[in-house]
Amino acid sequence: MAVVLERIGPSHYKKMEPLEIAEKIKERFPLEVVEVTSFRDQVSVTVKKDRIVDICRYLHDDPDLDFDHLRDLCGVDYLGKKEPRFEVVYHLYSIRHRHMIRLKAQVPENDLRINSVTSVWVGANWHERECFDMFGIVFKGHPDLRRILMPEDWEGHPLRKDYPLKGPEKEWPGFIEVIEKAKEFREFEWGA
Amino acid sequence: MGQVEKILETRELNVNMGPQHPATHGVLRLVLDIDGETVVKVTPYVGYLHRGIEKLGENLTYFQALPLTDRMDYIASMTNNIGYVNAVERLFGIEAPERAKFIRTMVGEMARISSHLLWIATHALDIGAMTVFLYAFREREWLLGLFEMICGARLTVTYPRIGGVRNDVSQEFLDSLYKFTDEFPSRILDYETLIDQNRIWLKRTKGIGVISAEEAINWGLTGPTLRGSGVLYDVRKHTPYDAYDKVDFDVPIGTEGDTYDRYRCRMLEFRQSNRIIRQCIEKLPNGPIMADAPKFTLPPKDYILKDMEHLISQFILITKGPAVPEGEIYVATEVPKGELGFYFVSDGSGRPYRMRVRAPSFVHASVLPRLCVGHLVADVIANIGTIDIVLGECDR
Repeated sequence: MAVVLERIGPSHYKKMEPLEIAEKIKERFPLEVVEVTSFRDQVSVTVKKDRIVDICRYLHDDPDLDFDHLRDLCGVDYLGKKEPRFEVVYHLYSIRHRHMIRLKAQVPENDLRINSVTSVWVGANWHERECFDMFGIVFKGHPDLRRILMPEDWEGHPLRKDYPLKGPEKEWPGFIEVIEKAKEFREFEWGA
Repeated sequence: MGQVEKILETRELNVNMGPQHPATHGVLRLVLDIDGETVVKVTPYVGYLHRGIEKLGENLTYFQALPLTDRMDYIASMTNNIGYVNAVERLFGIEAPERAKFIRTMVGEMARISSHLLWIATHALDIGAMTVFLYAFREREWLLGLFEMICGARLTVTYPRIGGVRNDVSQEFLDSLYKFTDEFPSRILDYETLIDQNRIWLKRTKGIGVISAEEAINWGLTGPTLRGSGVLYDVRKHTPYDAYDKVDFDVPIGTEGDTYDRYRCRMLEFRQSNRIIRQCIEKLPNGPIMADAPKFTLPPKDYILKDMEHLISQFILITKGPAVPEGEIYVATEVPKGELGFYFVSDGSGRPYRMRVRAPSFVHASVLPRLCVGHLVADVIANIGTIDIVLGECDR
């Protein structure tokens, strides 16, 4: 049988404390780190967006950190709460060492561009497309930046806080088309 | 009559697969560029089931957003609920009592078995083994009946609650479930006898959709899809939640990283889930099923009907929501498909400021082009089956 049952034995991994990891990032990129916050044992490191790929590459390649698994990538809109308005949040995890860190890159409203991390983790591809779709953040160097969940000709970015919950006032053209089709079929007379 | 000379030309074809195709497990649309029978390029299109669950969740209180999570992975809604309540509990800073944790672990594993049963049924059906479908649905029906017994619903259960579970399990339920765990191992053998050494099955699955361990991690794959490549990553072991640190189980991993190994992994997971359920029934402790945290959990129904204070408390919790500390949290749980993560940003009000769902199916669907290119068109179907996606969860 090709498949074996693996029993997880005594710990043979080097788990680092999240604050320790944050210190390490701060040491390596002193000018980039804006702040380090901690909540319920989870540490977030807020960084400037310019060298995000360098930071991610370092976190991925350093043998002690070894963040090989990009758990999640998403955007957050802090409209009227914080400046700059947007943040791109990276949740990183090391399968070998079993530690986690949250990286947050600040993206101001007047410059919605950030470098893509698809060169570090291929799996970031669709996450970045979704972030572009929902928040309008443009990922430079992304291989195929298109809308993913919404239709291609949709206007606006739904997860922004100033986007109405019930949708835009002007209906999406594809939807109008469907309604008109339905009207047309309703008027059909049998046997005419 | 002159001879007609015909020049046969060959060119690449552009074929639409889906969105209404029974083998795409929902509404997944693939645009295939094919050269003869060989796939040259695959472009997946998702989003046909997008309902804006993240946006809706940001406009509802934490209690109200719970039923939304059923509608993501509707095949194993129990594990989605468990993922949600675990994240919210961590954010609130409360903990479910021991009995509730064991019950959650138990029903979560039931959901895993029922999800894997549906997977083996449809995956085998896609490849051409019809009989497995009928056998697998027999056991799935039993499990759905058990779900109905504890909460009245078969698919969209909403059984776990923030701070515990909705109601206690009856002895009748436990007896029936124990009987299930007695009989289920022999039923697994039924499926394996049908396909495990079947020559057609081996031809269709061995060496199809191979992905190496490093590449699978880099793509962000999780769950049995990753473990088939030989990577030991299981959220239940790495960061245990509920009662997973109190039960004994192994994590099956594959070696080749092909469709067959992923199939074997899931077959072995059946047995491990069965083991976990048995242990949960045997070790089930007595005690309350809801956490004693009146600021964060809804009061019991019979108290609400009797006195004013509990009624007021219920009213405020439902309309305004609890006073949640400011902060952000990411909690992952292991659902049948992989790692389901919830990321909450709280601004101190009763509604999440940002609710993000990291859906395993979304990541798994993105790997399809990597698995399919270079194989035959028929293998695309095998690959859709092996990554085990549910489009409700993928599109959210």
